This record gives sequence, C-alpha cells and structure tokens, in this order.
Amino acid sequence: MVLTLFDKIWEAHVVARRADGRDLIYVDRHILHELHAPHAFRKLEAAGRNVRRPDLTFSALDHTPSSNPGRDENTNREGAPLIAAMREGSKRNGIRVFDLSDAEHGISHVVAPEIGMVLPGATHAVPDSHACTVGGLGALAFGCGTTELEHILATQVIALKKPKRMRIRLDGRIGPHARAKDVALKILSVIGSSGGRGYTIEYAGAAARALPIEGRLTLCNLTIEMGSRTGLIAPDDSAFSWLYGRPWAPTGAMWERALSEWKTLISDSDAQFDAELCIDCSDLEPQITWGTDPGQVVAISGRVPDPANAEADRRPLLEKALRYMGLTPGMAMEGLPVHRVFIGSCTNARLPDLQEAAAVVRGRKVAQGVHALVVPGSAKVRRDAEALGLDRVFREAGFVWGETGCSMCVGANGDKGERGERILSTTNRNFENRQGAGARTHLVGPTLAAAAAVTGKITDVRKLMTGEV
Amino acid sequence: MQPFTVVEGVAAPLLEDDVNTDQIAPLGSSAWMNPDYAKMFFARRRKTANGADEPGFVFNRPQFHAPEILVTGSNFGCGSSREAAVWCLQAAGIRCIVARSFADIFRENCLQNGVAPIVLDPDDAHAFEALAVTIDGRSKIRVDLAAQIIKLADGTVFKFELPLADRTRLLEGLDDIGLTMKHLSEITAYEERVSLQHPWRSKP
Ligand code: SF4
Repeated sequence: MVLTLFDKIWEAHVVARRADGRDLIYVDRHILHELHAPHAFRKLEAAGRNVRRPDLTFSALDHTPSSNPGRDENTNREGAPLIAAMREGSKRNGIRVFDLSDAEHGISHVVAPEIGMVLPGATHAVPDSHACTVGGLGALAFGCGTTELEHILATQVIALKKPKRMRIRLDGRIGPHARAKDVALKILSVIGSSGGRGYTIEYAGAAARALPIEGRLTLCNLTIEMGSRTGLIAPDDSAFSWLYGRPWAPTGAMWERALSEWKTLISDSDAQFDAELCIDCSDLEPQITWGTDPGQVVAISGRVPDPANAEADRRPLLEKALRYMGLTPGMAMEGLPVHRVFIGSCTNARLPDLQEAAAVVRGRKVAQGVHALVVPGSAKVRRDAEALGLDRVFREAGFVWGETGCSMCVGANGDKGERGERILSTTNRNFENRQGAGARTHLVGPTLAAAAAVTGKITDVRKLMTGEV
Repeated sequence: MQPFTVVEGVAAPLLEDDVNTDQIAPLGSSAWMNPDYAKMFFARRRKTANGADEPGFVFNRPQFHAPEILVTGSNFGCGSSREAAVWCLQAAGIRCIVARSFADIFRENCLQNGVAPIVLDPDDAHAFEALAVTIDGRSKIRVDLAAQIIKLADGTVFKFELPLADRTRLLEGLDDIGLTMKHLSEITAYEERVSLQHPWRSKP
C-alpha cells in the first residue's frame, strides 16, 4: 500500500477503532505540565482511576517558574501552588518530575528531543498546543486539552478523528541570513493562521532537509500557528546522528534494530496528499510579524500593509491589529523603536539560537531604555551555553541571563511587557495581551531580536553585521 | 461519570440567546489551583457594579439557588472551549439544559460531563419556555432520558430526541474515558505486541 509518512506512524499506533468512528492512538511518551495536570490528577483520582503507564509519563515544570536568576519554586507566587500540586500528584502516581534543579529541567518541547526521549516514528502527547515541535525528529505529536490529558493518563491512548494530509515542499537554498523561523513565518504569510486546519503537515523538499535538527524543531513548533494540530519532517541521517548517543536513545543492538525501522519512515514516492504547497526559500529575507496574528508577516525590509488593499471583509480585522500595534499603513518596519527583547521559548531557545543571537550581540551593548532577556529553553542548553561563554556575552552586553522555562512567552511566570511597549520576541504567538496587557509583540528569529536589543529599534540584522547601520 | 436517567427539579429560565462561556465561567486572575466553580458561575452577571448581588438575575432568586434544569435560548455556550463552563453549571446544581441550540464544543463538553443537552421542537420550545416562566420554580419538572420526555407537575408532556450514541453515553454514565475503557484488552494486546516488535518504543 502506498502511504504517507503520517499514515505509516498513525497506522502503527492504531489500537482500536471506537464505535463513534474515532481511532484510539497509542501514546508512546506523555509529558504533563503544571498548568493543567494538577486538575487532571484530581479528576482522575475522584473517578477512582489510576495512571495506566506512569513509566511512559513525565512531569515538566515549565510554564510558571520565575526566570529570575537564583529563583526557586516560590519566586513566582502565583505558580507556587501549581508546582507543589504537580510534585505531589506526580509522586502519588509514580511519575518522574523534571524538577527545577534537575539536569533535565526545561520546557518540555526542548527537553524531550534533547535527552532522546522522543524517537522517530513514535507518538508524543503534551497538554500544550506546541507538542508538535518534536515532529522535527519525525515523531507524531499531539497537543491536548484537560479531558484528553486525563484520558491519556487513564488509558495511554488518545481518541482522534484522523486528520487529512498536507505536504509543504520547501525548495531552494535558505539563507544566508534566513533561518527556520523565517521559513515558518514565510509559510504563515502564505497560508495564514488557519490554512492548515484539519491537516497534518509534512514539511519536505531540499530546504527542509537542509535544516539542522534544531531548525526542524523550530519549524514544526509553528505548525499549530498554521492551524494544524501536528506536523513532521521525515527523519534522515542527520536526525539519526543527532539522536545517537543522547541519554535516553536506544543503544547497541537495540539502536540498530530501531534504526532499520526508522529508515522506512518516509512518504512513499507516489503517496497522495489532500493538499500540497511549494514555497521557494532561496533569497528568503529575515521575516517579522507586524500584527496580532502569526499569519500577519512581512520581510524585514517590508512595510506595514494597507488594509485598503485587502478584501473588504478582512479589513476590520487588519485595522484592529494596526490600532493595537500602534502602526499606520505604509510605515517601514525598520526603525520602529523597541522597548523589550525576549529571546527564549520552545520556538527559539536551543543552543544554535543562542549562538546566533550571541554572535550579533558580541562586543555590543543593549541600547539604552531596552529591557533584554535571554531564557535558555532547558538546563542543558543553559549549561552548554555557559560552557561556551555565551552567558558572559549576553550579560556583558546588558541582557538578563534567565533561568530556564517558558518565561515571557505566555507571561504566566511574572515576566511581562507593559502596556504600549513594543517587544521583539522569538516566541510563537503575537496575540493581543499575551505578553502583558496592551503589550505589542513582533515575532522574529533570534538574530533580529538581538539586533533590535543592541540598536533599540527594529533593525535589519544583515545591515548591522555589514556596518550599514 | 454519573449516569443520567431521570432528573427531577426546578427549571431556571434564562431566556437569552448567545450566552457565552465567558459569561458562564469568567476567568479570574487568581486561584489557578483551586478554582471555585460555584463562585465562578456567572460571577460577573450575579453582581452589580458595586459588588452587591444583582437582584433581578435569575440565579440570585431564592428558588433558583440550586436548579437542576436550565431553560435558555439559542447558541448556548458559545465562545471558548473551556470545560470550566460546564463545571460551573454543574457546581450550581444544573444537570440538564433545555436550549434552542448549543454551541458545538460546549455540547460535546456537556456529554463529557454527564449534562444532558436537550433541544425541543421550536413550537414545543416556545410553549415550554412560557410554562417555565409561569411555574417560576414553584413545582418540579421531570426529565426522563430513556423515554425522551419532559413531564410537568400538571401532567403536560414534551417529547424530545437525542441521538442514540449521545443518549447511550449519558444513560450509561459513559464519559470519553469510559468509552475507551471498553477497549482495554486491545490496549494491553497492543502493548504486548510493541514490546516484542518495537521494544525501544515501549520503554523510555
Ligand atoms: S514556551 Fe511558550 S509556547 Fe512553548 S510551551 Fe512554553 S508557553 Fe507554550
């Protein structure tokens, strides 16, 4: 039978088909976090049910811990009860916690790949919509709600209606100044924030294969912004060698056995997709969002669009976004004053992201009046970055070098922007009020964020590096 | 989940369309760990601007402090997918909602939690709403799910229809987990197969 990559993983995980037509998909690894799991534990216990596979379940503490240097579980007082409940609930149920001081602490979507917990062809679930990140390793991942989380705890399966398949072929050579984030933002500018609804997206093509694994994780991370619950890239030799030797990855004969199966994880050459799209990535410029929806994207050299050029029924939304963002049509993106810069999140807080940002920051100072924060995505990223001296580069420039977690991405840990502040953020959602009431978020990659921090305005990093600005 | 067979109680009329989840379960800034759903239940609408109880609001009237049945308009539960909206209604005692229509996700959340979402024929709905207002909580109303009828104290009967799959789920008290639990042996068999054929998947 001719199958897509997605179909192969799906079929290999169908446990049963329920009378209501939904497939029960086995969940190989399940990571919880403290915003939702405490409630699910409580409901599960009230129903007299047990966690079926505590050995396949893990607890992250990522959404609420403060990123203040030297923080502990009580630094963010709002999150403290959730962290306590998470520790207790996990203990009662025999679930391993990646605690604040553990070597594996961090944002679950960053930690799971880096320790080798997530494997090609495996399924993964997290009660967080960015579970799709780990599709970068060829895993099939699902973000889920509270009831679904409880459902997985009790049964280790998730009941899903099978989505349709979309392939996005990325052609050409990315660069030299564009990265995975720019590719993802470019796709968003084409298909918008609901273009992927109802689909699983497979990213394919030369440009996708050329992405380093961290870049693939970044690209897959933004799948949910396209409206798709999950997306993935066929695992290849670069994925296998990236995974090899990671602490939880299989070893020896088991590795060989797994590897021979992983090599079959590709879409068959004549496999049918329900939708296909090609995007040329050659000469791609760094991209930036101008509005309050991740699909509202322009190139860094671009200008704020004019709603008058849009279809009539779209205009009110665009006008509302412009008002919220404090912009007028035709304004250049470059030169807009920036008050705050955040480099972090499950989108862009892996080591290469910090290295790229540090290369821009090195020898420069954070501009006066700008608050600049770097939060590594995991304790390992933090350690590795410190071993390379990146923390010093950032600190000497005037950045705050934060403790690991989601931090300002969702503003649940006390890190927030103020009303009216313009923020350049390497995160994934630019919704109204997400990073603080009235705060204006522009989504960018790490180098544009770094360039804004040292110049105090939206700056084309290419010009900064050649001395043009 | 508590099975829904017969529920007998007072019916609170909130005859408005488009009552959204933000009204039913407004998100507070605090109490992430222990949300008080009874307190959250229509929290903003139950209070006046200066914090006193809004005397005219249906759920502030003494006979409707713990109604089993809610009678309401169209598109009830629109807005977000938050399950807290259903949990708030349950915290207030409501087990059955008779509406002109329901928002999709909210309806699914009701079924997940053992709350019966009932829609009457338009003519019946009109008559039933009028009677609910007239009765004003002074006598009880009986909802029999298996028979698919609503019976008033004076003997008046209204018939309704709920699709068989949904009805079964409520009558048997099956939540989504319960439905999947019926496949437990298949889950076990799958786990055994994977541990032999793909052992790297079955153990971290
Ligand atoms: S970093 Fe942001 S998007 Fe990622 S898991 Fe945390 S809150 Fe969610």
